[in-house]
Amino acid sequence: MADKYNAETIITETQKRISNAFDVFDHESNKTVDVREIGTIIRSLGCFPSEAELHDIIAELEEEEPTGFVRYEKFLPTMTKILLERKFRPIPEDLLLQAFEVLDQKKKGHLEPEELTKYLTQEGEPFTQEEMDEMLSAAVDPDKNVILYKDFVSMMTFDDIR
Amino acid sequence: MGCGTSIAVENQTRPSETDGSIKQPSPALTIKAAILIQRWYRRYVARLEMRRRYTWNIFQSIEYAGEQDQLQLSSFFSFMLDNFTQINGNGPDLISHLLDSVVDPLTEEVRQLKHEQIVVPESYSGPRLSFPLSVTDTNALLSAFKEEQTLHGKYVLQLLYETKKFLKQMPNVIYLSTSYAKEITICGDLHGSLDDLLLIFYKNGLPSAENPYVFNGDFVDRGKKSTEIIIILFAFLLLYPDHMHLNRGNHEDHIMNLRYGFTREVMQKYKTHGREILQLLQDVFSLLPLATVIDNKVLIVHGGISDKTDLDFLSTVERHKVKSALRLPKRSIDHLNVRACSRSSSRHSGRSRLDSPRSSGRTSRASRRKKKNFTKQGSCSSSSSSSSSSSSSKCSPRVSSRNTPRRPPPSPSLPSPTDVLQVPFLDSFVSLEPPEPPREELEWQQVVDILWSDPKNQNGCSPNSFRGGGSYFGPDVTQTLLQKHGLCLLIRSHECKQEGYELCHNGQVITIFSASNYYEEGSNRGAYVKLGPELVPRFFQYQVSRSTRKLTLHQRVRVAEGSALRALKEKLYAHRSELMAAFQQYDIDNTGRISTSEWAQVVESVLRLDLPWRTLRQRLARLGADGNVEYASCFEDISPGEPIPPVTPNLAETLYRYRTDLEIIFNIIDKDHSGQISIEEFRQTWKLFSSHLGVAVNDQAIDDMARSIDFNKDGSIDFNEFLEAFRVVHKLDVKEQQQG
Repeated sequence: MADKYNAETIITETQKRISNAFDVFDHESNKTVDVREIGTIIRSLGCFPSEAELHDIIAELEEEEPTGFVRYEKFLPTMTKILLERKFRPIPEDLLLQAFEVLDQKKKGHLEPEELTKYLTQEGEPFTQEEMDEMLSAAVDPDKNVILYKDFVSMMTFDDIR
Repeated sequence: MGCGTSIAVENQTRPSETDGSIKQPSPALTIKAAILIQRWYRRYVARLEMRRRYTWNIFQSIEYAGEQDQLQLSSFFSFMLDNFTQINGNGPDLISHLLDSVVDPLTEEVRQLKHEQIVVPESYSGPRLSFPLSVTDTNALLSAFKEEQTLHGKYVLQLLYETKKFLKQMPNVIYLSTSYAKEITICGDLHGSLDDLLLIFYKNGLPSAENPYVFNGDFVDRGKKSTEIIIILFAFLLLYPDHMHLNRGNHEDHIMNLRYGFTREVMQKYKTHGREILQLLQDVFSLLPLATVIDNKVLIVHGGISDKTDLDFLSTVERHKVKSALRLPKRSIDHLNVRACSRSSSRHSGRSRLDSPRSSGRTSRASRRKKKNFTKQGSCSSSSSSSSSSSSSKCSPRVSSRNTPRRPPPSPSLPSPTDVLQVPFLDSFVSLEPPEPPREELEWQQVVDILWSDPKNQNGCSPNSFRGGGSYFGPDVTQTLLQKHGLCLLIRSHECKQEGYELCHNGQVITIFSASNYYEEGSNRGAYVKLGPELVPRFFQYQVSRSTRKLTLHQRVRVAEGSALRALKEKLYAHRSELMAAFQQYDIDNTGRISTSEWAQVVESVLRLDLPWRTLRQRLARLGADGNVEYASCFEDISPGEPIPPVTPNLAETLYRYRTDLEIIFNIIDKDHSGQISIEEFRQTWKLFSSHLGVAVNDQAIDDMARSIDFNKDGSIDFNEFLEAFRVVHKLDVKEQQQG
């Protein structure tokens, strides 16, 4: 580790990352973002809250009289804490693969689009139709019309960290 | 959800496979698996959205920064015009014949006759127009252009000539009505994208008496099919004069065309008649109406309005005299007193026009950040400016501004009572007799406001400093104008929007933009809006796609992002020596590394692009083992092509940075379009340009370079080859091409 780094620097660097991400969505340049973008911002910073956890965070960030906007002054400390405590860690690729394998009950090595749709739109924290369509468009192999989830996972992981 | 149990039930009823060892996952496990996948995918989509956003920011910032450079160029033209009467012994004619309106020595009749006498060879298989035009002609044009044919110059000239005659009788403001339950379709910027126009016609039908259209300016520049677009639009204009309407945009301007590609396109497609076509276009563009009003309720203009906009005054303006927004009306120049080069701190114009966009852009990132408020998308500094407010490089040479830290924005000073009105013009200040500027200037300002303004979110009306003309107008300005004229809606274009359209000012302003994929494949949708008698806008979006297979969201983002990052890397490369010098200032121990903060700071201050550099860093530069940025790595991916002449890296870099400007200048100097200019012309132009920029370039180096470029030693340079030498190569692209 470089001599330059100490706790203070880490906090500052973290906060600058947060600030950068926030700015991308701060369209009016007045240090506020639409509350509906909070999930995107948090996830883009590398965190994986579930929808429920996200709702809790948003509830914390909103004003007493919800304005539809979240201010940076509130967002920064909350987000800093999340990042520093490394809450919501990223999901390792092999765990993800296992999850798909769980759904692939017949161990075919692939999933039918209908199967996946059923699980993801009815189980857990269900996808909207839009989310499902978008995922299918990326996941379904156009020739075989199935989801080769192993390839899908590694492609997405690669694309993400590239 | 009761689905957990139902799945278990389903499993049990399903016949078992030959493989007996099927695991039956508990419902709880299934739910857990589903949640995991959902969380992971949502995170992925969020990151994708982030990438899409900053890709957009990159494109916009570079576009606006590039357009700031336009200021540079037009002030350079003015500089050349006014200071150097002896370029190659030809005087200002060299430049002025292209920049200023030319009095046609031939009468209209004689010219028309000349056009008729042009012989079209038998071998020409394109459309042969006959006037007055009929549906046969427009259909022939559409089919021909779909087949990538070019209309013969003779017909282009005739078409333009007829269009000019027609437009002369049109007023500045056209009043339309939606009577008879007709819906009017309004389209925004097309910028040479024929695909988008054809898609609109496909989706919405061709213009006709039952299907009226308004095209709201910016038909040309940037895209490669600007010529085809205006041919089609003008043809329909002549065919359906009551149902086809064209508003002028800020790109219907011959000086803009010089830089943004339309001039080049015309000269390339029409070697014989190109020059005459361009001359005629100057007139045609300036004769395009400025505004359209529907049912006395909806105002349609290309850019926007200002607090000075007045439709009644606008109706009386002599619009054809404003050939280009980038040149003040000639007569007012004569009225002006001698330019006293008062390069002092009193840079505030009594007419509340901010001074040099160049220096204010350089000096006040803070105020530019404030301007971010004006539009929803990041930096809103748009487009070029008038030469009249270009008090730029001569007074504040680039060299010094590079090294000095950002100066605070010049504090506006109140004009003292004894002062004459000071207007920034060229590189100096020019005095105008107060208080009434000549009528021509008022007219010019009205027109420029209409063509160049942008809406902002805060109240008020401020000068659009980066354009040098036109304003940023707030919701209150909109409200006032609409009320004044009994209107309810303003439709404008001028700004690219991701969804093809956007509402602002409490729904009183609609921006409509019709060039999809404007920045890159997948960058944005195009849209058009339809208004029926009830005047409720209906929006239609589309996106032209080159590939037959529909790209997924993440593929689109990846393509767009790749393109944006390439453009950004080119910018880095173009400023390499400045950047390295600044990096090294932080790198005291010469380790080759600096912190991310320092890296971001340097890049932002040198490139003057307001972007999320820390987020972008991972795509642009490598981290060392200690977590710091290896700053030299941001240049690794890109290297020069093979430069023909051996030049010092510094000179190469400068030439690379200004190659677009140089190309334009060469094109002007090369009167006969041979692609060749004399060495002497090359030398002089380069020296002028570099002295104007304040770039210190060794005369000897230029001479050597000029001589070495002249391969056959005949005293002339093929400047296309010369410019080719200064292209850059993206190494990763080469690798991909080799592997792919």
